[in-house]
Amino acid sequence: MHVTQGTFSFLPELTDRQIAAQIEYCLRQEWAVSVEFTDDIHPRNTYWEMWGLPMFDLRDAAGVMEEVRACREANPNVYVRVNAFDSTRGWETVRLSFLVQRPAEEPGFRLDRGEGKGRTIRYALHTYASDQPAGQRYKSNQANVAKGDGR
Amino acid sequence: MSIPGPAAGFEANSSEVVDLKALQGDADIAATIAELDRDLVGLAPVKQRIREIAAFLLVARAREQVGLIAGPPTLHMAFTGNPGTGKTTVALRMAGILHRLGYVRKGHLVSVTRDDLVGQYIGHTAPKTKEVLKRAMGGVLFIDEAYYLHRPENEKDYGQEAIEILLQVMENQREDLVVILAGYRDRMASFFVSNPGFRSRIAHHIDFPDYDTSELLAIAELLAAQSEYRLSPAAREAMIEYITRRQQQPSFSNGRSIRNALDRARLRQAMRLCAGNAVATREALQTIEAEDIRASRVFTI
Repeated sequence: MHVTQGTFSFLPELTDRQIAAQIEYCLRQEWAVSVEFTDDIHPRNTYWEMWGLPMFDLRDAAGVMEEVRACREANPNVYVRVNAFDSTRGWETVRLSFLVQRPAEEPGFRLDRGEGKGRTIRYALHTYASDQPAGQRYKSNQANVAKGDGR
Repeated sequence: MSIPGPAAGFEANSSEVVDLKALQGDADIAATIAELDRDLVGLAPVKQRIREIAAFLLVARAREQVGLIAGPPTLHMAFTGNPGTGKTTVALRMAGILHRLGYVRKGHLVSVTRDDLVGQYIGHTAPKTKEVLKRAMGGVLFIDEAYYLHRPENEKDYGQEAIEILLQVMENQREDLVVILAGYRDRMASFFVSNPGFRSRIAHHIDFPDYDTSELLAIAELLAAQSEYRLSPAAREAMIEYITRRQQQPSFSNGRSIRNALDRARLRQAMRLCAGNAVATREALQTIEAEDIRASRVFTI
C-alpha cells in the first residue's frame, strides 16, 4: 500500500533533481530545512528520528541533498522525509514536509474496531509493519527512491 | 531521410559561430571589471588574473554552446599577501563576479577562520566543518589565515581532520562551491609545503603586492570620499608625509593602516570643530585639515 503522507504524496516519486528544486524553494522562503526518518509510519506518529539538526543559514540545496543522501545510505529501507520549518512569528511551524524515500514493500494498515461502553465503537489504526520490533520492520534491502536523472 | 557523411557533419560543426561579445553582454562582465577597476586601487596582477578567469569562464560557456567538452574548471584560489592588501575585499568581490559569470549559483561569501572549522573535542570537528561547508554551498567559502588549520607541533590537532574534509569537498563538489584560502605569503608557503593536497587542488595562486605611496594616497582619498569627507590640499600633503613615515614603521598594514589613520583623523576633526566656533559650515564638516593628520603619533616618533 502506497503511503500518502505529506506534500506531493499523490505524485510519482520525486527525482533527486525535483527534490533539490523543492528545497531550493524552501530556502528562498528562508525556512529551515531538516531531514527525518522513521520505520513507524502511523499517521499520528509526528515525531520522527532526526537526521542531524535542522539546517539554518543555508543558501543552496546542495548541502541538504548531501544530508538526504547520507540519511538514505545509513537507513536504506525506511521512510525519509524533508521538513521545512518557518520561524516567522505567527507561523512558527512546519510549512512543507514530503517523503524522499519509502521502503520497497509497504504492508499498509488495518482498521481495528473495538466495542466500548454502551456499544460505542472505537476505531484504531494498526500498521502491519509495527508487528515487528523496531529496526526489523522493513526487511528487503531495496528502498524505493525515484530513479532518473539523479543529481 | 539522408544521413549526412562525416565530412558534411564536420563542416556543419565548424561553421557554428558563437558571439563572444553577446555572451559577455549577458553576463555583464565588462561592467563588473570596470567596477573593480574603479573601486580597487592598484592590485594590477590581481585584476589581470580576474580578467583571465572571466575570459576563461566565458570561453567555457561558449564551448558548451557548440557542444565541446566543458568540464567544470577548478576555481579554488589562494590569496597571499601582506596585511591590508585587500585579500578579503577581493574575495568578497570574487563571490559576486563568479555569480555574475554563472559559475556559482548564489554568490554569497561565507568567511571563516580556524575557530569556525575546527572543534574542541573528538568528534566535534567533522560536523562543524560540514555545517560550514553546507552554508557555503552555492557560493564562496573564504578561509582567512588558512595556515592555522595545520598545527605541525601537535600531531593530534583536530585541524588535520578539517583539512581532510575540506579537500574531499573541494575535489568532489567543484560545481557547488569555490574555496578561497588567504594568508600571509611566507606562512601560506610553508602551509602548502606540509599539505601538498591543498597546493594541487588550488588552481589559482594570486599574490597581492604591497601598495606604493601614491596608491595608498589614492586609497585614503577613496575612503574619505566614500564617507563624504575630503582632504584639504594641505591635508593631502600631510597624508603623503604620514604615509611615507608610517611605511617605515613596524606593523604597517597597507590599506588597513590608512583606514585607521583616516578614522582617527575624523575623530580629531570632530574635536577641532567642537572646540572652535559653535557654527560649522557644510564645507567645514566635510573637510579634514592638515592639523587633523599632523597630530598623529607617527609625526612625533
